[in-house]
Amino acid sequence: MIETHDLTRRFEATLAVDRLTLDVRDGEIFGFLGPNGAGKTTTLRMLSALIAPTSGTARVAGYALGEQDQDIRRRVGILTESPGLYDRLSAAYNLEFFAGLYEVDDIHGQVERYLRLLGLWERRHEAAGTFSKGMRQKLAIARALLHEPEVLFLDEPTSGLDPEAAHLVREFIADLKGEGRTIFLCTHNLDEADRLCDRIAVFNTSLLALDTPAALRQQLYGRTVVFHLARVDPSWVELVRGVGSVRAVEASDQRLIVRVDDPESVNPAIIRALVAAGADIRFVGELRRTLEDVYLRLLGPATARSNG
Amino acid sequence: MRVNKIRIIVRKEWAEVFKNRLVLFSVAFLPLLLTALPLAILYGTRSSGDLGGMSMSDLPEGFRSLCGEMTGGECTQYFFVSQFMILFMIMPLIIPSTIASYSIVGEKTTRTLEPLLATPVSTIELLAGKAVAAAVPAVLATWGAFAVFAVGARILAIGPMVIARLLDPLWLMAIFIVGPLLATAAVSMAVIVSSRVSDPRVAEQLSALVILPLLALFIGQISGLLILDARLVLWMAVVLAAIDAGLIALAIRLFERENILTRWK
Repeated sequence: MIETHDLTRRFEATLAVDRLTLDVRDGEIFGFLGPNGAGKTTTLRMLSALIAPTSGTARVAGYALGEQDQDIRRRVGILTESPGLYDRLSAAYNLEFFAGLYEVDDIHGQVERYLRLLGLWERRHEAAGTFSKGMRQKLAIARALLHEPEVLFLDEPTSGLDPEAAHLVREFIADLKGEGRTIFLCTHNLDEADRLCDRIAVFNTSLLALDTPAALRQQLYGRTVVFHLARVDPSWVELVRGVGSVRAVEASDQRLIVRVDDPESVNPAIIRALVAAGADIRFVGELRRTLEDVYLRLLGPATARSNG
Repeated sequence: MRVNKIRIIVRKEWAEVFKNRLVLFSVAFLPLLLTALPLAILYGTRSSGDLGGMSMSDLPEGFRSLCGEMTGGECTQYFFVSQFMILFMIMPLIIPSTIASYSIVGEKTTRTLEPLLATPVSTIELLAGKAVAAAVPAVLATWGAFAVFAVGARILAIGPMVIARLLDPLWLMAIFIVGPLLATAAVSMAVIVSSRVSDPRVAEQLSALVILPLLALFIGQISGLLILDARLVLWMAVVLAAIDAGLIALAIRLFERENILTRWK
């Protein structure tokens, strides 16, 4: 649905996006993660035909960027970082205006559909400026969807929302995926990306990694199994290390922390070896690495510190 | 260029900008003021029986030749009325400057321009919509104000010869041709300025500078250096049409979507 090849954008001396090559598949939620100033918004603006790339090529919804920009604009919806609503105009008029520009056939029907879907129908005559932040964000999402775009670009959709509003927006995004739309999600919220995205790209001017969250965890950390024991004999570290496919073993308090590629097949052998050596195994669990661990490791300590 | 998109933009502009008090003031109050002022002066001079103590010999020599068969009093009255023509040219300059500078920079400051530019609307459609939305109220307000002035002047019983002059080609050309051309110039200037600044107040102040040539004309006329006759108004129309063409082309060229988006602060 979105293909880029060496997509690059320069602002005078500043390189904002450097040779980005990626492929976003039909119907997936694609997370685009990176620190502030990484070039995420610039990428999103290029892909939605708002600004032109300095070099490189891209196709969005089958149309070539730079050659068929109006076609791209017709087929993508964009939720910008700021909702950007006409505060003096009613919620309904805000949507009717954009529906007109997007050449929607049944303007009133579509406006009603999305206002109802997002729980704003009862307040459709009220000025958008009187809405809470969450309601404004929902209205902006409705605006991005009015023309039923094939691709939806969402820039920080839950930023600044209270937990309840953020939850509602996340649920709505998950529902949109069920409708078969391709969603390109820029977010700082790593938990959100982990829960929503099929695949993620970690980006800091250039692409650092691209895969499913689980695969990235696996690539960077393998899988880690923790054996909780009644006591730890130092010789058991070597014992476990000798079991095939074990990548690393570490003793900590009354635990043995074991990194393996495939715990389902290796764990029984480890357990047998430990029991044979006299270990009392109280509990076995897997240590799950968060997407934050993956993200910070990919970005490196300097970037992680500078971005809090 | 799709007319429907322009119409959608115009409707939105009017729905939005007329909820702004400053814009309402400039569109509604300014024409009222600039119409009431000359009528009040005319009324004052009629009731006091003189025209500020002026006689025919006090008028600029070039102007006296415009009076033809008018009496001295009528010619003096006509001189007064002629000064007001400039006021009816100020209206189509000020009103669209206010609306246009607000509507473009306003889109930037409220962050509505990005979603707007993300729609399949072309730059020409967008600018045409904003220009029409700014120019039409100005032109209509000017024409309305002129109609009120003409009727008011008749009621206030200025001389019949003077009333006839208000409807002669000089005035009609000034109001119905030069007025729209001035409005177009003001809108184009406002678009150019708005594309380059990020504060609506600065945009409005800079856009209002278009009034300066007209003020120079006003001073020139009062001091007798210039006589606003049919030939001068015709020349104004020709020169303004040429200036408008240049300004419109420049406004379209300077309105760069990318710069406006990426240089937001």
